[in-house]
Amino acid sequence: MIEIDDLTKIYGDATAVDHVTMTVETGTITVIVGTSGSGKTTLLRMINRLEEPTSGEVRINGESTLATKPHLLRRRIGYAIQGHGLFPHHTVARNIGAVPQLLGWERDKIRARVDELLSLFSMEPAAFRSRYPAELSGGQQQRVGVARALASRPDLLLMDEPFGALDPIIRARAQDDLRRIQRQLGSTIMLVTHDMEEAIRLGDMVAVMDGGKLVQYATPAEIIAEPATPFVAEMVGDVERPLRLLSLIPLSELVEDGEAEGAAMPAGASLRDALAACLWTGRSAVPVEKDGATIGRVTFAAIRARAELHA
Amino acid sequence: MTLAANRIVAGEGVQVWQLATLAETLPGIAAVGAGLLLGVQAGRQRLRVAGAIIGLGGLFWLLMRGAPALMEGAGEYARVSPALGFWCLLLILMLLLADALAQRTPGPVARAGLLAAVLGTLGLILWSGALSPLSIMQEYAGRRDGFADAALRHLALAFGSLAVAAGIGFPLGILCHRKAGLRESVLPTLSLLQTIPSLAMFGLMIPILGWVGDSVPGARALGIAGIGFAPAFLALVLYSLLPVVANTVAGLAAAPPAALEAARGMGMTPGQRLWRVELPLGLPVILTGLRIVLVQNIGLAVIAGLIGGGGFGTFVFQGLNQTATDLILLGALPTVALALVSAIVMDILVELSRPIPKDTA
Repeated sequence: MIEIDDLTKIYGDATAVDHVTMTVETGTITVIVGTSGSGKTTLLRMINRLEEPTSGEVRINGESTLATKPHLLRRRIGYAIQGHGLFPHHTVARNIGAVPQLLGWERDKIRARVDELLSLFSMEPAAFRSRYPAELSGGQQQRVGVARALASRPDLLLMDEPFGALDPIIRARAQDDLRRIQRQLGSTIMLVTHDMEEAIRLGDMVAVMDGGKLVQYATPAEIIAEPATPFVAEMVGDVERPLRLLSLIPLSELVEDGEAEGAAMPAGASLRDALAACLWTGRSAVPVEKDGATIGRVTFAAIRARAELHA
Repeated sequence: MTLAANRIVAGEGVQVWQLATLAETLPGIAAVGAGLLLGVQAGRQRLRVAGAIIGLGGLFWLLMRGAPALMEGAGEYARVSPALGFWCLLLILMLLLADALAQRTPGPVARAGLLAAVLGTLGLILWSGALSPLSIMQEYAGRRDGFADAALRHLALAFGSLAVAAGIGFPLGILCHRKAGLRESVLPTLSLLQTIPSLAMFGLMIPILGWVGDSVPGARALGIAGIGFAPAFLALVLYSLLPVVANTVAGLAAAPPAALEAARGMGMTPGQRLWRVELPLGLPVILTGLRIVLVQNIGLAVIAGLIGGGGFGTFVFQGLNQTATDLILLGALPTVALALVSAIVMDILVELSRPIPKDTA
C-alpha cells in the first residue's frame, strides 16, 4: 500500500503540487492524468524522491520514504520514462540487469531474470539478449525499458508517459501487454499520462490533477459517470462519455439467453465493441461466447438501456 | 618522371640516371615508374596499394644504391642527401598508400598491424646501415648520444605535459560538467591561454619561472628556473588544458538526457552515473582531446629547444644557426614521425573506445 500524505511541492512562488493525499492499493494500476503543468509528473517524481517534497510524506507499506537514502530508495522502486532512457552503450541484457546489478545480485540470477522478463514481453531471449538498443524498434525499446524497471521485482513501478513516444497501434499493444503483465505479476503501478483514453483503459483507479490539486480520485466508471468538476468532464470529453463508459463494461454483464445472427464475440469484450459490431453489420444483437461455447447474446436495446442509466 | 628524381652532392644536382651504372639504377627507376602507373588505377585499391609499395621500394633502392656510388671517390667530407625529386615522389607515394589503404577502411587491429609493419620496415632499413652514407645519417652518427637524450627529453616533454594536463584537466572537466557557473569562467580563461602565441608563451615563462626559482625556497633545487625543462613543460601543460577540459566537458555532455534521468531514477549514485554512463559514452570525445594535445605538444616541444628545454628542437635551432639543412632535418623528421605515429595510435584508441560497435549505431 502506498500512502501519499499531504504532499506539497513549491518552486519559488509557484505551487506545483498542492496538498495531495491519496492511497494506492497493492497490486493495482493507478493512473494520474492531467494537462501539462498540472503537477502530475512532479507528484510522481516525489514518490521516488527525484524531487524532494516541500512538505508532507509518502509511505510505502507503512515505511516513510524519508527514512531511506534517495538512491537506495530508488533501487526498490521501478522507474520507466517516455523515450525509454535505455543506455545506448549497453546490450539489452545489461540494460535490463542494471538494477539487479546495483543491488549486487549474482550473475546467474541476473541472467535468469533477464531471460524471464524478455520472454514475458514476448521477446525471444536468445535473439534479443545481446542486441544494442539502437538495433531495436521503438516498441521493443519501450518494452525493454519497462522490463528494466521491473527487473528487481520492485514494490512499486512508476511510469512517466511510458507510451508517449509510440504510434497509436503499437501503443495499444503496449497497453494491453502492461495490463496482462501487471495481472500476472501482481505489480503495483503508478502511471502518469495526459491521455484520458489511456487512463480509462489501464487504470483500476484514476487520479485527475489540475493546477497542482487532486480534483478527483475514483474508478474509471465513476470518473466518466460523475465527473467531480467541469475540468474532469472536459478531460473525459462530453461527446465520448457514453462510449467510454460502455468501453468499461464487459459483455458478460449484459448477456442474456437467446439466439443471434453473425460472428460471436468473447464475453470479455466491451459493450462498446458490441455496439460497434451491431451498427456496422446492421444486427440488433450479437452472440456471446466463452471458452469457445456460445453462452447467449447481448442485444442492441440492452446496450442502449445500460448507457441511459446515467442520463 | 625520372626527370624529377634528382640527387644532390655538395649542392650539385645529379640526375637519377647519372647516379651509378644503368644496371644498378634501372630496377629502381622501373619500380618507381611501375608503382606510379599502378597507382593511377582509381577504384582498384589492391593495385594501388601494391603500386605504392613497389614505388616506395624502388625509391629507397635508388637511395641505397645511389648514395654509396656517389660517395665513392668524392672525398672524406662529401655529403649526399636526397633532393626535391625524392621528397616529392616520397610524398606522392605515401599519399597514394594512405589513400588506398583508407579506401579499404581497415579495422583498428589491421591498422595497428600496418603501422607496426611500416615502422618495422623503416627500422630495418635504418638499422641495416644501407642509408648511412646519407648526410642526415652522418649528422646522426656524429650526435648519437645527444640524439638519444634529445629523444627522451622530447618524449618527456610531450607525454609528461599530457599526463599532467590530463591529471588536472579531467577532474576540472568533470567539475565544469557538473557546475555550469564554473564552466562559464574556466573555459574562456583556458581559451585565452590558448591564444597566446607559442613563442611568446615560452618567452613569458622565462621571467615568471625565473622569479619563482629565485624567490621560492627550494624551487631552484627542483630545477625550476627561467630557462630549461621546467618553463617548457609548464607552457606545454597550459596549452594542453583547453583541449583536455573542453573535450571532457563535451564528452560528458554526449550522454542522452533520458538515459541519465533513467540512471538517476533507478538509483545510481552520481559517481556510478559518471563511471557507468557518462564516461563510457564520452570516452571517444575525451580521447580525441588527448590526441589533439599529444600531436600539438610533440610539435610545440620543438620550440622548447629555444629556451633550453631540450628535445629535437635543439637540433632544429642548431641547424638553423649553422644553416645546416641536414641538422634541421635530423630534428624535424623524428618530430614529424613521432607526431604521425601518435596520431595514428590515438585514432586507433579512439575507435576501440567507441561504446557501441560501429555497424550497429
